[in-house]
Amino acid sequence: MILESFTHAFDLVLTLDKDFFEILLLSMKVSFLSLLLSCLMGLPLGTYLAIKNFWGRDTVLIMFNAMMGLPPVVVGLIVYLLISRSGPFGWLGVLYTPTAMIIAQMILITPIVVSLTAQIIEEINEEYKDLFKSLVISSHKALIACLYDARYSILTVILAGFGRAVSEVGAVIIVGGNIDHLTRVMTTTIALETSKGNLSLALALGIILLLIALTINLILISLKTRAKRRMYV
Amino acid sequence: MFDEQKKSKSLTPIVISNLSLLLGKTKILDKIKCKIHNKSIIAVLGPNGAGKSLFLKTINGLTPVESGKIKFNSKEINYQIRKEIALVFQKPTLLRRTVLENMQFVLEKKNKLSNLEIMNHLQKVGLDTYKHKPARLLSGGEQQRLSLARALLINPSLLLLDEPTANLDPYSLNLIEEIILDENKKGKTIILTTHDMGQAKRLAKEILFFDKGKLLEQTKAINFFAKPKTKEAQNYINGKILL
Repeated sequence: MILESFTHAFDLVLTLDKDFFEILLLSMKVSFLSLLLSCLMGLPLGTYLAIKNFWGRDTVLIMFNAMMGLPPVVVGLIVYLLISRSGPFGWLGVLYTPTAMIIAQMILITPIVVSLTAQIIEEINEEYKDLFKSLVISSHKALIACLYDARYSILTVILAGFGRAVSEVGAVIIVGGNIDHLTRVMTTTIALETSKGNLSLALALGIILLLIALTINLILISLKTRAKRRMYV
Repeated sequence: MFDEQKKSKSLTPIVISNLSLLLGKTKILDKIKCKIHNKSIIAVLGPNGAGKSLFLKTINGLTPVESGKIKFNSKEINYQIRKEIALVFQKPTLLRRTVLENMQFVLEKKNKLSNLEIMNHLQKVGLDTYKHKPARLLSGGEQQRLSLARALLINPSLLLLDEPTANLDPYSLNLIEEIILDENKKGKTIILTTHDMGQAKRLAKEILFFDKGKLLEQTKAINFFAKPKTKEAQNYINGKILL
């Protein structure tokens, strides 16, 4: 069956299967957009938490650390309740749309980005803080400098976030509804095909998903290795 | 030159009175009183743990003053004064960037003129050909020289050097000493900590001798080495105090 799945996977790619590419594109779109939005929020927030000392900082960090392990179905359910017609954000009308899937994934990824960024920046800030203080560098410049110098280590954060996004199924199936040609992504298709007993197709999709994740990992890791050689990590 | 002298005058004399610092119940600095004059090179000597580095950090404003006062030309430390002070750490802290980017970081504005200035400073420390090299791939001596060049780029009136030549090769040591003398000639006041007696003799006009957080002597270098006043200083010079 594994061989058959590999053949099936190649067929899907080589024959430019329209349905398959639609699912693949939506998967990537939802994953990358949620990752991008999470990074836009999480990177500065994580850096701020690492650099600034304020009352309640540790509690906020503990909260984000705990949220790293949020069960996707619970997040899916909460987002569902918030954006369903009777929910407080029902007026947005985004339930069962890719937007809802992006929101759910963002909630899952942001704590990962914040916590890991805070850990990385805390380490770099510990190293730099006396220098910045002696040079009378503004906190704004220090924040940007820490984030910039941690750029290669941040790749690990991006990888972790992407991993979570691309493999997510529980939340997106609840808020997206797995609607054909609208909200069907790789993971929800795999779940659906498995439940239908179409194991060969499910496995083929799984193989492609794995290959995509592997390629992205390889690119980012090679960048990090290059940076390590230059002692930028 | 005129600007440098004017700036230098604005920070000195530095008058330190009853400066004390506690770490738990231990006094790290104990009622330090001294006066640092304009355009002087002062070597801070003393065994390990005597409070030398902390003394520099307190002058720099890195460590807040708990009790006592530090006055720069009758003024308490403020943002403008801190901008006039540069501290070179014993272990160079370099950004994870190239040599050039490390230099550019301390400048507020980047333009052609500032790049020229950077190159002049890098040339002075013998690192102009390494400008695109990652700073952390430099040798220990080169890193310390870069650290010094970066400090000089902000054109400070007061230069604080924490063991600037510890464990360095003779070339880096000579180069750094030449730069210290040269910068002093240009009007900068320099305070450095060192364990190298030869270096203190070669560079310093005045000596501050610390032991167990106390300033035991402030005297002219020539007098300190010829006839130290305290027993502790005598023992230190003769190598009888553990470094």
